Amino acid sequence: MAYTEEELKKELETKEYEYGFYTDIESDTFPVGLSEEIVRKISEKKEEPEWMTQWRLNAYRSWLEMTEPDWANVTYKKPDLQSISYYSAPKKQAKYESLDQVDPELLETFNKLGISIDEQKKLSGVAVDIVIDSVSVATTFKKTLAEKGIIFCSISEAIKEHPELVKKYIGSVIPPKDNFYAGLNSAVFTDGSFCYIPKGVRCPMELSTYFRINQAGTGQFERTLVIADQGSYVSYLEGCTAPSRDENQLHAAVVELIALDDAEIKYSTVQNWYPGDKNGKGGVFNFVTKRGICHNRSKISWTQVETGSAVTWKYPSCILKGNHSIGEFYSIAVTNNYQQADTGTKMVHLGKNTRSTIISKGISAGKSQNSYRGLVQVGARAQNARNFSQCDSLLMGNECGAHTFPYIEAKSNSAQIEHEATTSKIGEDQIFYCNQRGIDTEKAIALIVNGFSKEVLNKLPMEFAVEAQKLLEISLEGSVG
Amino acid sequence: MEFKEKLISSHLAFEDVADLPENLHQSRISALKVFEKKGFPTKKDEAWKYTSLLNLVNQDYSLFPRDVTNIELKEVKKYFLYDTDTYKVIFIDGVYSPFLSNTTHDGIDVCLLSAALTKPKYKKLIETYFNKIAPQEDSLIALNTSYAKEGAFIYIPRSIDTEKPIEIIHFSSGKEKAIWLQPRNLIVVDQNAQVQIIERHQSLKDHPVVTNSVTEIYVHQDAFMDYYKLQNDLETASLIDNTFIVQEKNSHASVHTFSLGGKLIRNNLNFFHKGEHILSTLKGVTILKGKQHVDHCTLVHHAQPNCESHQDYKGIFSERSEGVFNGQILVDKIAQKTNAFQQNNNILLDDKASVNTKPQLEIYADDVKCSHGCTIGQLDEEALFYLRSRGIPKKEAKALMTYAFANNVLESVKLPSLKKRINKQIANKLGVSLGFEL
Repeated sequence: MAYTEEELKKELETKEYEYGFYTDIESDTFPVGLSEEIVRKISEKKEEPEWMTQWRLNAYRSWLEMTEPDWANVTYKKPDLQSISYYSAPKKQAKYESLDQVDPELLETFNKLGISIDEQKKLSGVAVDIVIDSVSVATTFKKTLAEKGIIFCSISEAIKEHPELVKKYIGSVIPPKDNFYAGLNSAVFTDGSFCYIPKGVRCPMELSTYFRINQAGTGQFERTLVIADQGSYVSYLEGCTAPSRDENQLHAAVVELIALDDAEIKYSTVQNWYPGDKNGKGGVFNFVTKRGICHNRSKISWTQVETGSAVTWKYPSCILKGNHSIGEFYSIAVTNNYQQADTGTKMVHLGKNTRSTIISKGISAGKSQNSYRGLVQVGARAQNARNFSQCDSLLMGNECGAHTFPYIEAKSNSAQIEHEATTSKIGEDQIFYCNQRGIDTEKAIALIVNGFSKEVLNKLPMEFAVEAQKLLEISLEGSVG
Repeated sequence: MEFKEKLISSHLAFEDVADLPENLHQSRISALKVFEKKGFPTKKDEAWKYTSLLNLVNQDYSLFPRDVTNIELKEVKKYFLYDTDTYKVIFIDGVYSPFLSNTTHDGIDVCLLSAALTKPKYKKLIETYFNKIAPQEDSLIALNTSYAKEGAFIYIPRSIDTEKPIEIIHFSSGKEKAIWLQPRNLIVVDQNAQVQIIERHQSLKDHPVVTNSVTEIYVHQDAFMDYYKLQNDLETASLIDNTFIVQEKNSHASVHTFSLGGKLIRNNLNFFHKGEHILSTLKGVTILKGKQHVDHCTLVHHAQPNCESHQDYKGIFSERSEGVFNGQILVDKIAQKTNAFQQNNNILLDDKASVNTKPQLEIYADDVKCSHGCTIGQLDEEALFYLRSRGIPKKEAKALMTYAFANNVLESVKLPSLKKRINKQIANKLGVSLGFEL
């Protein structure tokens, strides 16, 4: 035999986290710890106007009075927020017009990740705003977008160049007092993306940002603000991979979406932060606040594929404020080894004739815990609100857990709400059927999982769908048994 | 003085007159300490997120009635299920009424908890079962434990099929301005025995009553137990019902809860599995109007393989009423081949009515079949039109459809006369008199 089981086993063991590498770029890093002075210094470093500094300081002061939430169904050692450096930026801060000027070492990193800027630029027509450790390094396709009046830049640039937009919308969906991590983010965020689509414009390409955590011991606090003006459309992609590292890293991002009348925002995420090794050591803490607000007849759609992070705590939500607005949430969360995920959504129906759909698929393997936590709330004035929720969980192995915590609150008698959840394991007969036809167990599981998650995968933009399918396979490798 | 302080300071006086064994005294005093530390649950507690006790506990209640009240049989006869054909344990304002009751020691024990607590004959039973499954750290249960003295004690020995159903009824006479009652029941169904129990709380006059009741039930191997809770009280009466059921191998236990009236009702219903091949059934119908509030909080803890549980709760809410359903299914790692099913359907009839529901699954085993479904909606307009086009008036048509909606819970009621009575009550609630007789 050319390929023995031993060899396969060996291969599976070594095939851990492919993207676990560390790029040696000199960084400009602040001393560890958090204080008012650090907040001021971040603001100063970013050359921010006075109102922004004040905004950060207000956020910092109210954050001091908040306590870390512990209601989520996850257990972890709380990160010591005083031992993190809150600012780290690649030192060579020159702005590039073309890719040739970019640090070749950095380009090498992207190639390893398979992002390859120039290829994407030419072939896929995706404008990539790459964020490496908090500062946006390269922005492509900016000119094409600018012709349409679309603003797509880093948030620090937006603060300087479009203060009126930022001032009006930042914190309007997620106020700094919203929760502990949103408060922290508001005080110390170093960078992120900003996107504005003008009235009636249909964004011609998928906008995307890749995030990476690079510098050892830096928490990454991204801030994303997407504004779709009346009648506009945008599809936004966010993908994450992080290098392998032993100490836990904290990622506390804030994403705010604003869909004005008749606008539509499609926000897709593939999250593949480092999940820790086989023994649950290391990995990223992903405590993210994502929320969008829908005005009249607008639509926000969240699609997410979560395969990474040691601990995930994330609830992309929609506030359906306008009449006839629509909120959607499609999610696949895969946990393996010692990963823990507590994720779901909130659909707050306030306007009349609002609709929302929730499809959540959880897959747990190894010793992981996977929870769905969702809220569907129908206000007293939200006449004819309609919601459909479906949460399915798939269990692989007898040491993992799958949990469902839906909250449903209806205050209107014209509301129609349906919720269903199931938990099951992969059928032995299904695997047997595949085996019988010459498909090995590992492949069979990948096949079944793919089928199980198809409903959500279908919602992803093309480029992501392929990647996501691969990710699912990688994350579940070695979980057969 | 706040009511909480009153509860704490009156305890000493209460303990002095209570004639109880020393070890019980001790456990009551430590239970009071738990209550003193924790106080009443507030909306900040996750389990009480949708139900506030604030309105109940910020007024004053008398804790023990001064003297025994007698009620004429004819006044209360209508609340009995049968005239003679049941065992009855009846309390008036928390005090046992020998005149109305019909207890027995013939083969089975249907009597008072106070008697069981003090008589040497029951010492062993009390030591094995009393205050063993109710969680000691829960503040309301601790409060009940510290004050509890009276309630029903039922012991069904091996292989006895109880011929007559047992009725436990708590009346409040209205003699006290406001009263706080803390009954405590203990029910033990031994191997292969069978029993049917009906529990009811009823106030006879409009006056504030709060009942904080704790019931512990043990269902042994191969035993059957059916428990029916009738909650159709006046709009001044509130009830916090805490029921804990432990089941052994091959046993069947079912609890039906009919919440048709009351100011605030909270049902904490908990099942624990201690053996394989257990079946647990939890069903409920809630029909509310006015400003009534009903909260069903259920837990089924699957701790052994090959067990089944079924939950089916229907709610119909009109006017300004509020319904809460908080169901939890917990499946331990070793509980493989569990089959757990949970369903909660609600109909909102009026604009001001509201429903909050939180069905939860917590699953640590992989070879299981667990599902829950939950809906909130209205009566189907087309079906309504169909009925009306066939000459059924709107009100009756609505009632018919609502009745049909609740019917599959009623179907599993095993006592024919109880079924008939509930049917009648539901028809009453719906404001129609249809031929609902079965």
